[in-house]
Amino acid sequence: MTTALMEDQRRQGMNAAVLRTEIRLFRREPGALFWILLFPTLLLVILGSVPSFRHAEADLGGLRTIDVYVPVAVLLGLIVGGLQAMPQTLTGYRERGILRRMATTPVRPSALLTAQMTVFGGAALASAVLALTVGRLAFDVRLPKQPAGYLLALVLAVLVSLALGAVVSALSRTTKIAGAIGSAVFFPAMFCAGLWAPVQTMPDVLARIVGCTPFGAAAEALNRAAAGDWIGWTHLGVLVAWTVGLTAAAARWFRWE
Amino acid sequence: MCGHPPSRDADAMSVIEVSELRKSYGGRPVVDGVSFTVQEGEIFGVLGPNGAGKTTTVECIEGLRVPDAGRVRVTGLDPIADHARVARVLGAQLQQSELQAKLTVREALDLYASFHARPADWRPLAERLGLTGKLTTRFAKLSGGQKQRLFIALALIGDPRVVVLDELTTGLDPRARRDTWELIEDIRANGVTVLLVTHFMEEAQRLCDRIAVIDKGRVAALDTPAGLIRRSAGATVISFTPSAPLDDRDLNALPALASIAHKDGRVTLAGTDETVNAVITLLARSHVTAHQLRVTEATLDDAFLDLTKETAA
Repeated sequence: MTTALMEDQRRQGMNAAVLRTEIRLFRREPGALFWILLFPTLLLVILGSVPSFRHAEADLGGLRTIDVYVPVAVLLGLIVGGLQAMPQTLTGYRERGILRRMATTPVRPSALLTAQMTVFGGAALASAVLALTVGRLAFDVRLPKQPAGYLLALVLAVLVSLALGAVVSALSRTTKIAGAIGSAVFFPAMFCAGLWAPVQTMPDVLARIVGCTPFGAAAEALNRAAAGDWIGWTHLGVLVAWTVGLTAAAARWFRWE
Repeated sequence: MCGHPPSRDADAMSVIEVSELRKSYGGRPVVDGVSFTVQEGEIFGVLGPNGAGKTTTVECIEGLRVPDAGRVRVTGLDPIADHARVARVLGAQLQQSELQAKLTVREALDLYASFHARPADWRPLAERLGLTGKLTTRFAKLSGGQKQRLFIALALIGDPRVVVLDELTTGLDPRARRDTWELIEDIRANGVTVLLVTHFMEEAQRLCDRIAVIDKGRVAALDTPAGLIRRSAGATVISFTPSAPLDDRDLNALPALASIAHKDGRVTLAGTDETVNAVITLLARSHVTAHQLRVTEATLDDAFLDLTKETAA
């Protein structure tokens, strides 16, 4: 009983040490810091600096362009972190035998996987908070009217992007392949999130298709929560289904070496 | 009398036990019935050509691979079923394994120390390994020798009973290699059992108490370095420049002769002590003087080539 408890505490201590190390290493990656934390907000600032983007548009249901780009910026940080940065790091760890080395110690290599997800998930959330804050302060974009629903949609979006990233890591034998798959998935993901045309402006059929993709559903859920509506069981269901399916696929295909 | 309970007697002195280990990849056997036992406090060498199955064997000991068949025990524990407990008594230095590029030496030591309940103090360890001046250097900026020394430090940081060192000195310059050898002797002097995987004969001959020569997934021989040399054909080499030509028939009739070679008037014969005695008798009888007579023991190199040739046949 007590030894099992000590064992548990020791394991938690080890996992915490791995997480602390990964956070420290993440802070040493200026590229990742810029693209995940700053770039989405920077994009928002650039768009917000265009005068016409600050006028209400009938096409957007009376919203301004800057208003509909806040959720896009929120999703951008999450997609870069989950889909591009994390698979590169994880595949590199496997390729260079870092996971193997860890497997010879009492700590399980899954601790490193969990730490990576925590780091990139946390960074994506921080990036989202930054985009929302700058949107509110600089461009007077209203904060989500349904904060609880918005948070739920955001957390699900983070989970689905991490799950998708885990699948990319599982399928890529080398960092080069991870980079290629990451980029290939990045553009459709950003399209669905509404980077080129916000989901509200898409034709009906297209919007319905996009609504079935993880980031399309996330964009719609965020929009609805921002407007004060319930995010909707459909979007919620789509996000949960993708998260569960992708996590199962990653767990099945992930190789430690 | 000895104080050990009878049931533990068999394991009392053996730290690693491998018996009838088998592992195949895609139907091709890589390890094909390997057995050996490593005693407490010894430096045990696993020697063999590239692709002989050395690394796969030690990976089964480290718990990185699940054997297809056979039994592996580390201090009496199963490396797969009891992975966490084995990881606490076994330190591993892996072939071709790196660390996070931007992790500093000190952070790596701290991190790996945190994986153990009673880690060794990393300060004297870093001192002994000459890493004290490099504590704030990132892994990617270390030289090959410094990286290897850090890996040894990480293998030792859990204060293990046994360390597995796989191709430790590959890619090091001769100076760094010799430093590493001293370090390994130092590790053993501190009571740690060492399992050393290598393909350098000189390294095995200098360091190991016993050596398992692995070839094509099997143990071709298991003995002390001197024993391996003795048991190989042509362990003793005698060479000389005769003052007058000797009859080839007489030479070929020498007892226990393994090989014979003529070059620039010099005769080189490989055999045993018996061959040496017979040559001296032959020279005296033929009234031939042997100039620059040399009798040398074969090296482990010769023995190794001989042993691996046998299994090839």
